[in-house]
Amino acid sequence: MSTVASVDVLIVGGGIVGCAIAERLARAGLSVCLVERDVLGGAATAASMGHLVVLDDDAAELALSAYSCARWQALAPSLPATAEYRRNGTLWIARNVEEMAEAQRKQWRLAQAGIDSELLTAAALAEQEPALAAGLAGGLRVASDGMLYPPVAAAWLARQAAAQGAQIRCGVGVRNLVEGAVLLDDGSELRAPHIIVANGCAAPELLYGAPIRKRKGHLLITTRSAPRVRHQLVELGYMQSAHGGDGESVAFNVQPRPSGQLLLGSTRQFDDVSSTVTPRLIQRLILRAQEFLPGLATATALRAWTGFRPTTPDHRPLIGPWPARAGVWLACGHEGLGVTTALGTADLLAAQLLGLELPFDARPFAPARFAAQVSHAA
Amino acid sequence: MPPEISVRIDGEDVRVRGDCSVAAALRQAGYAATRLAHDGSRRAACCGMGICFECRVQIDGRERLACLTPVAAGMEIWRDA
Amino acid sequence: MRELRSEVLVLGAGPAGIAAAVSAERAGARALLVDMQAEPGGQIWRGQWNKATDSTARRWLSALRASPVEGRYGLRLVDVPAPGEFVFDGADGPLRVHCERAVIAAGARERLLPFPGWTLPGVFGAGGLQVLAKNGWPVAGKRIVVAGSGPLLLAAAASLRSLGAQIVLIAEQSGWRDLAAFGSGLLGTPHKVVQAAGLWRKLIGVPYRTGSWVTQALGDNEVRSVIVRRGRQIVQLDCDALAVGYGLVPNTEIARALGCELRDGAVWVDMHQHTSVPGVYCAGEGTGIGGIDQALVQGEIAGCAAAGRAELAATAQRRRRGSERFAAHLRRHFGLRAELRSLAQDDTVLCRCENVAFGAAKACSSMRDARLQTRLGMGHCQARVCGAACEFLFGWGAATPRPPLAPAGLSCFNLSTSAENPQEPT
Ligand SMILES: Cc1cc2nc3c(=O)[nH]c(=O)nc-3n(C[C@H](O)[C@H](O)[C@H](O)COP(=O)(O)OP(=O)(O)OC[C@H]3O[C@@H](n4cnc5c(N)ncnc54)[C@H](O)[C@@H]3O)c2cc1C
Ligand SMILES: Cc1cc2nc3c(=O)[nH]c(=O)nc-3n(C[C@H](O)[C@H](O)[C@H](O)COP(=O)(O)OP(=O)(O)OC[C@H]3O[C@@H](n4cnc5c(N)ncnc54)[C@H](O)[C@@H]3O)c2cc1C
Ligand code: FES
Repeated sequence: MSTVASVDVLIVGGGIVGCAIAERLARAGLSVCLVERDVLGGAATAASMGHLVVLDDDAAELALSAYSCARWQALAPSLPATAEYRRNGTLWIARNVEEMAEAQRKQWRLAQAGIDSELLTAAALAEQEPALAAGLAGGLRVASDGMLYPPVAAAWLARQAAAQGAQIRCGVGVRNLVEGAVLLDDGSELRAPHIIVANGCAAPELLYGAPIRKRKGHLLITTRSAPRVRHQLVELGYMQSAHGGDGESVAFNVQPRPSGQLLLGSTRQFDDVSSTVTPRLIQRLILRAQEFLPGLATATALRAWTGFRPTTPDHRPLIGPWPARAGVWLACGHEGLGVTTALGTADLLAAQLLGLELPFDARPFAPARFAAQVSHAA
Repeated sequence: MPPEISVRIDGEDVRVRGDCSVAAALRQAGYAATRLAHDGSRRAACCGMGICFECRVQIDGRERLACLTPVAAGMEIWRDA
Repeated sequence: MRELRSEVLVLGAGPAGIAAAVSAERAGARALLVDMQAEPGGQIWRGQWNKATDSTARRWLSALRASPVEGRYGLRLVDVPAPGEFVFDGADGPLRVHCERAVIAAGARERLLPFPGWTLPGVFGAGGLQVLAKNGWPVAGKRIVVAGSGPLLLAAAASLRSLGAQIVLIAEQSGWRDLAAFGSGLLGTPHKVVQAAGLWRKLIGVPYRTGSWVTQALGDNEVRSVIVRRGRQIVQLDCDALAVGYGLVPNTEIARALGCELRDGAVWVDMHQHTSVPGVYCAGEGTGIGGIDQALVQGEIAGCAAAGRAELAATAQRRRRGSERFAAHLRRHFGLRAELRSLAQDDTVLCRCENVAFGAAKACSSMRDARLQTRLGMGHCQARVCGAACEFLFGWGAATPRPPLAPAGLSCFNLSTSAENPQEPT
């Protein structure tokens, strides 16, 4: 069987990134087809916590995440209630004076991107979140951060795209990229001058040499009768000490769900590509969370699961043309921040593809930065 | 008649049969529901065997299934209703 | 965490588990029997442990008492962190068991189907109300409608009646032709006929309608009446409770968590009740619905095999074939009618835990899609109820079980004995 159809843009992958791009390009008037081999919002997007957070490990990440959080906020009134968008804010927690100093530096960095935040003393922290353990040094409150339920947000974006004429095809995968077209698992061919690979961890399956590794994460959700928490609570050591290196790490990161349940994170590890829950890591995750929230001792766990963050060598996503192949674009490698940065990614990619003004500097995300590695592989 | 025992249900002292499950004790004491669903509708024991989780209540500070738990004197039971 | 070691761990203390544990000990192995209920007996022998009225129950329960089997009750299996390791949760906190071989005897649950009003207090599973009543749920003097499908309706109605309930009606969805065929088929298993005759004697005077089913339960805070349909005829009946179940579904989540192969929704076993996973056996309803005789026979075989003495189960092997005939017969004659798929309205709750409406689920493409988009099956029961309903309604397969197998205290994940306390990065 070989039916040939043709569109302006073909998007591979219906995670939150692919769906956001489909919505953006369909809105721009292009004819778009999104191909998803499983269900919308199923892979990393389904595993995710859905924390919409501004991160500032480097200037590029700060620009992308700050821009994206603002976009989510602007979109919020249109989102369906089941997307559970809320602006509860993030509370970064400092355990000691060194981390309190880090909170101050963070406040300064966020201010550079126009993000307001508020330093909390130990007493103010306890007042904001009475369930936290005694003896913490204080924290930084970023009121503009938010959270949502990613699979519903992804499917909603896809529906918006469809309403503007995009085709959304689920249950059939892209098997191969060929010159100006893709071959689908059902044997048919789809032609498009622009092919956007937005399939997260699976990018190397289609583009040999795409510099993406799977970084496994564990999460656990409690029942409703957990301690009460208002903000997303994250330890300040989150990026710096805990998740900075390549080794296995666990950091305290807790999200209150609208239902009153608590979502506990998170772990990071490379080199384990099985989706099974590792008891040792769940144990570490819980022990870490209990150090900050002693009330969890009597909480009930409802479910634990794992997911894979698509990770690049420099921890920044790949957004832009793929140097090894004309007409192929990348939008993948968003690691642990892709729900947040999906909207910024879509705008940046659309601006490049349509020749519009860039919303922020595209160079730090250009796949070409790995050109040496790629040409080597290709 | 089997001997009666005292338990506290939602903060009130109640006397119930001592030889039954917490689910049965709640019903004997006149409580029809064990919890409220997200939409506020009332729910009660349904499967009787630890499958549906509709009968969950707080017993002595922990979430337990009323249908699987034998009632005992002095128990402190809170419904989520 | 508290720890125990045993040679053979038996999961579930219904007839199958009791027979397995007792047989394993007789065959020379040390057996540990664990159940989430407060006492042994499973579903059929609920409440018999301290006052056995049934002769088979009395025989097996006293055999269990007399045997050195170690019993632990009120403990639910919630995690299988590693091969040979089993974590249970209970009122006194978690217990970890290390064993060489395991027999899964976790029984079956009822299939509950959604219809308007099914979430009202006072609407139960058919066996559900029966077992609640055996543990003291007050039914004396109450007007009860029993409905659904299968022989369990008769057993439930008989025991509710013996506890003083007034059975308003038994509504069996199967047509009389199927039932007649089922009844005559029983002639091949004579003691089933005797059992059936015993049940009918207890139900003399109770209205029994075939080809009828409940379409709606009505009431504000509790069920007050039900609407029953038979062909084109529709009647409303006042009642204090509705006990409705559409047959039994094997509990397979433990087996699936251990990686055992399934076939037709039940755990696949060989002639020694061995599953596809080395050292793991399965007996009773988990291998396919077959009732008490099958449970006892399979339990004996599994217990002997798990003790390494499969040859001791030779006589049980002969009885096994008869019980298999009955099981196949049961499946053939209680198929569910298509009309039951259209009882739920778009706004009828399908997933009771997360309050997901039938209409929202219907719009999804698979169980996984529904889980992600509507949160169906993501609540406390982990799709034990709505999963079996969706299988019938939409033909969806079950989702892979994730730990914990049931909601569990966080301490169940604290696997450290003090020596292996993990170090946090500094
Ligand atoms: C445990 C965990 C917690 C996280 N928490 C957060 C958080 O709090 N906040 C945040 O912003 N981010 C978070 N993330 C990161 C975020 O989930 C990801 O960065 C994001 O979901 C990536 O989206 P994606 O669309 O690129 O990939 P995915 O969601 O993985 O989607 C890729 C899609 O492509 C499809 N596909 C693959 N190959 C093919 C093919 N050949 N043909 C067709 N389709 C194909 C897949 O089926 C899949 O649906 C977390 C991630 C994990 C694992
Ligand atoms: C509600 C109900 C009522 C029934 N009533 C009758 C009747 O009156 N007459 C009749 O002939 N048949 C009845 N049956 C059919 C019944 O399945 C069989 O007759 C028989 O009880 C099957 O024996 P079994 O050992 O396979 O399973 P069961 O008797 O169901 O025993 C399984 C045991 O495993 C335990 N278990 C399950 N999961 C776990 C876990 N994770 N951790 C710890 N323990 C666990 C359960 O608590 C249960 O005690 C009933 C079934 C149900 C569901
Ligand atoms: S009644 Fe269903 S779990 Fe207790």
